[in-house]
Amino acid sequence: MDMKVAKKKLGLKEKYRTMTRDLGWEPSYHSKDELFPYVGYEGIKIHDWDKWEDPFRLTMDAYWKYQAEKERKFYAIIDAHAQNNGHLNLTDARYLSALKIFLQAISPGEYAAHRGFARVGREFPGVGPQVACQMQAIDEIRHAQTQVHAMSNYNRYYNGFHAFADQRDRIWYTSVARSFFDDSMSAGPFEFMIAIGFSFEYVLTNLLFVPFMSGAAYNGDMATVTFGFSAQSDEARHMTLGLEVIKFILEQDPDNLPIVQNWIDKWFWRGFRVLGLVSTMMDYMLPKRVMSWREAWEIYGVENGGALFKDLARYGITPPKGWDDAGKAIDHMSHQFMLGLYQWSFGTAFHAWIPSDDDMRWLSAKYPDTFDTYYRPRWEHIKKMAAAGTPFKNYGLAKLCQTCQLPCVFTEPDDPTLTCHRETDYKEHKYHFCSDGCQHVFENEPEKYIQAWLPMPQLFQDPVNGDLGEWMKWVSLLDGKDNGDYADSEDKKNFEVWRGLATTNQ
Amino acid sequence: MQIDLRTVAIEPQRQAFDHLVRRFGNKPASRYQEGSYDIQAAENLHYRPTWDPDHQLYDASLTRIVMADWYALKDPRQFYYSTYTLTRARQQENAEANFSFVESRGLADMLPEALRATTLAVLLPLRHAAWGANQNNTFVCGYGYGVVFTQPCMYHAMDNLGIAQYLSRLGLLLGDTEALDAAKRDWMDSPAWQPLRRYVEDCMACRDPFELFVAQNLALDGLLYPLIYERIVDQHLSVQGGSAVAMLTQFMSDWFDETRKWIDAVIKVAAAESDANRALLEGWTRHWSARAASALLPVAELALGAQADEAMAEQLAAFKARAAKAGLTL
Repeated sequence: MDMKVAKKKLGLKEKYRTMTRDLGWEPSYHSKDELFPYVGYEGIKIHDWDKWEDPFRLTMDAYWKYQAEKERKFYAIIDAHAQNNGHLNLTDARYLSALKIFLQAISPGEYAAHRGFARVGREFPGVGPQVACQMQAIDEIRHAQTQVHAMSNYNRYYNGFHAFADQRDRIWYTSVARSFFDDSMSAGPFEFMIAIGFSFEYVLTNLLFVPFMSGAAYNGDMATVTFGFSAQSDEARHMTLGLEVIKFILEQDPDNLPIVQNWIDKWFWRGFRVLGLVSTMMDYMLPKRVMSWREAWEIYGVENGGALFKDLARYGITPPKGWDDAGKAIDHMSHQFMLGLYQWSFGTAFHAWIPSDDDMRWLSAKYPDTFDTYYRPRWEHIKKMAAAGTPFKNYGLAKLCQTCQLPCVFTEPDDPTLTCHRETDYKEHKYHFCSDGCQHVFENEPEKYIQAWLPMPQLFQDPVNGDLGEWMKWVSLLDGKDNGDYADSEDKKNFEVWRGLATTNQ
Repeated sequence: MQIDLRTVAIEPQRQAFDHLVRRFGNKPASRYQEGSYDIQAAENLHYRPTWDPDHQLYDASLTRIVMADWYALKDPRQFYYSTYTLTRARQQENAEANFSFVESRGLADMLPEALRATTLAVLLPLRHAAWGANQNNTFVCGYGYGVVFTQPCMYHAMDNLGIAQYLSRLGLLLGDTEALDAAKRDWMDSPAWQPLRRYVEDCMACRDPFELFVAQNLALDGLLYPLIYERIVDQHLSVQGGSAVAMLTQFMSDWFDETRKWIDAVIKVAAAESDANRALLEGWTRHWSARAASALLPVAELALGAQADEAMAEQLAAFKARAAKAGLTL
């Protein structure tokens, strides 16, 4: 009988190397430039792709096994939620405005991230980062789908969800999130990773997901809580990938630092503007609130972000350029946003409303330096107009920022009584911005941002030609159902009737 | 609060999302439909890619195939993430059971030496080919148009990676890290493997997503999987006492049977769309399958020796029949 030679026992790291990195090879029938054509033009220098440290070690068999386990639980819970009319457990149907915005603006972003990660998962010439990016690519389509599936049942009973796919491409406010993801995907592979992998997933994701999922839990929305929890372990992987990417790039060559710093400045500000929508959700849209936007910013922005940038200081990275301006905006932005959403609510596929007296007391307590001075008086005035039967509607079109595409409703960082407005002349056109941050982003890459599709000019072009009714048709907005004040909405009426059926003997 | 279903009958306001009602009528949509149709942005894309300013961010003209509606290329398995993952998780359990069966009974050690050598020589370099397939399918997912076409390519890419990993495990079980190293040297330098490596690298240089789909999934894998896993492993090696190897590659055989249905469905619909599509697909399939056959011949010879020619001829005939069913005359 043959002698049995004891096999070398491979360590975890070596074993994972065998399962991933060893699969790749140096091509010789084509040049690397030909097979990986996009990896050089951003100016990032990578000398040794093998220095990449795998942020997690997950082979496909383990991936299928763990993910299938999570999928089984997720669908069991949302099936039960649908069968048991779980939507009647909501604190109040006002809450659904937050979900509608999420489905119209954020879920399409998950899909965009799926495609973006598939592209970089092919374009990086190193197996380590390729595999990590591919896993994120498949996770992201999971998130897009679980979100659509979780909200599908709400669509059966409530307005504002039904046209999310049309509105993703056409309605004015979704272009804020769309332009953000389009911007990242149209950037090179390294910038995409800093934009989504690092800035969004690592620096900002907690500001989106933690408040959102706690908000769902506080307000009885088990469907959303479930996709949040189910996505959490994926997100943990994505965060470690985001951090590994930035460290890897910075360790490869000192010349990479200024490029990366510039991207961090840009994507922090882009991300901060997109997340502004979350501030209205936290401060206004949740009937049962979790914490204020200010409190969330203290924890997830100041504390976590501060620690992160301290950690990155050893590479020469400094906190993002817009950090101080962001800090100054915290006490104002949710109010400015919500006032905007209220006055333009005829044009949104979700409801806005005037905060109740209780809500306003809460806002005063959470924003002692700003709410009573600057925002309560406006709400009180709007309340009087509504009571007089002449609710405040602003049929003027919002001036949108060329970069972030939000209406220019923000104030100067150091003067809350003065609207912030910046302009840049470029090739005989004038471009408008909501802030210094957005103006800087534009001026660094004007040829990119002059291409932005702006929903307001679209109003005056075919097929809408300035007609509001035509516009509503074009964006699949049902007037009197999807839009307007929650107080007069079908959602409110139906929710109250159904809940009455469920809780009384009428 | 508990809601008792029996006491509350609430009439739904609508059956499905608007875009699905437009496609499928006013009735509840399946989860495959909800998770696949029209979830890729289609209009008002903001910026041209800085890496390819001549195209849009999603651009159907990246391929020469023309479809009036890319969502016609439905996956007959109706895989969305959940059904995909659950399916693979079950297969993974099988594969795990097979691996531990072979391991626990020492079946690997009982393989005749010559058979083990042939197995390693034929199968191990294929882990690199599978990695190439992974990159190519990731590419099609990244640059193809329409979710029902691109989504299964991502799943396919992850399957390709899984297969490369199962082959690596097989190598470690039947051989050692040295066996993997030797296989990589063969992949890089041995004359028997160079046509195949060239084929894979040529695919990686191809940036038409649909042509790449044909070259990788239809032409190459359409010949490689039946040749290697049916003809060589399940038949040739098994009759010589190598059924343990067949256990270790059962995943690949099952996977090929399942995925070819999807690939054929895609080809069939695209070919039926127009004469121009059909002509393109026939041209691509002829070109790439002829190349794939000659690239695989020296690999087949490693196991089959003089019978390789005949085996390849059989495979080509079967492939032709398969293509004909999908509407392509080769």
